[in-house]
Amino acid sequence: MFVPSPIERTRDGDFRLRLSDGERDLLTSLPAELTALIEADPADPELRRLFPPAYEDDEESEVEFHRLMHEELLAGRREALQVLAETARSDRLSSEQLDAWLRALTDLRLALGTRLGVTEETYDREIDPDDPRAFELSVFAYLSWLQEHAVAAADAS
Amino acid sequence: MSSPAAPAEVELQEPVEVDDPERDRPWIVIVWNDPINLMSYVTFVFQKLFGYSREKATKLMLQVHNEGKAVVSGGTREKAEHDVARLHSHGLWATMRQD
Repeated sequence: MFVPSPIERTRDGDFRLRLSDGERDLLTSLPAELTALIEADPADPELRRLFPPAYEDDEESEVEFHRLMHEELLAGRREALQVLAETARSDRLSSEQLDAWLRALTDLRLALGTRLGVTEETYDREIDPDDPRAFELSVFAYLSWLQEHAVAAADAS
Repeated sequence: MSSPAAPAEVELQEPVEVDDPERDRPWIVIVWNDPINLMSYVTFVFQKLFGYSREKATKLMLQVHNEGKAVVSGGTREKAEHDVARLHSHGLWATMRQD
């Protein structure tokens, strides 16, 4: 069966989206959920992959790095998540919007993947419908699939 | 944003140049393996941020994947901090240390 790519570069240099209404609903609501988590507590252990330390074992330098960079990192994340939510119902994306999608999808996968304790084996395992985490696991699998296509589309340009 | 007029007289202190070999040692930026970021995405980020060829970016990505980490860039402390921040903004797990 031929399944057309959900994100494809057009001859005009922008990117065509082929997503169902359900997918668009999800891509509109997830960024708001993650943004709310980040606003509530950026130091939440579930968000640790979004804000890793820069210095391995130099606490003083780490505090200074955090002081200088954290606001900018926070603003960049918020902005990319907002672009994803606002363009999830579009037919086409500009290359700048696709770039924001790539970063926002990464953040969604990092947060959800950390919560789910994703390992390399997660990708090969079938999702058990009786697993209480089945819905979140399928959202994670969906985001992974979508990001793979988003990277391929960005690569083609 | 404001731009106050400069005071008439400012005492300028010359920065003292200290020859400190410890300070001059180059810094390296390390990317660590994680089970969440896609291999294709990591390769894409290396190409985008550092202008590496697809071949070089793929080689570094595979090194991260197979060996657990790879040195992806380096230089002055300022450059390393800049690169780490850009990698963090793209969701990669990057740290820096003096070589």
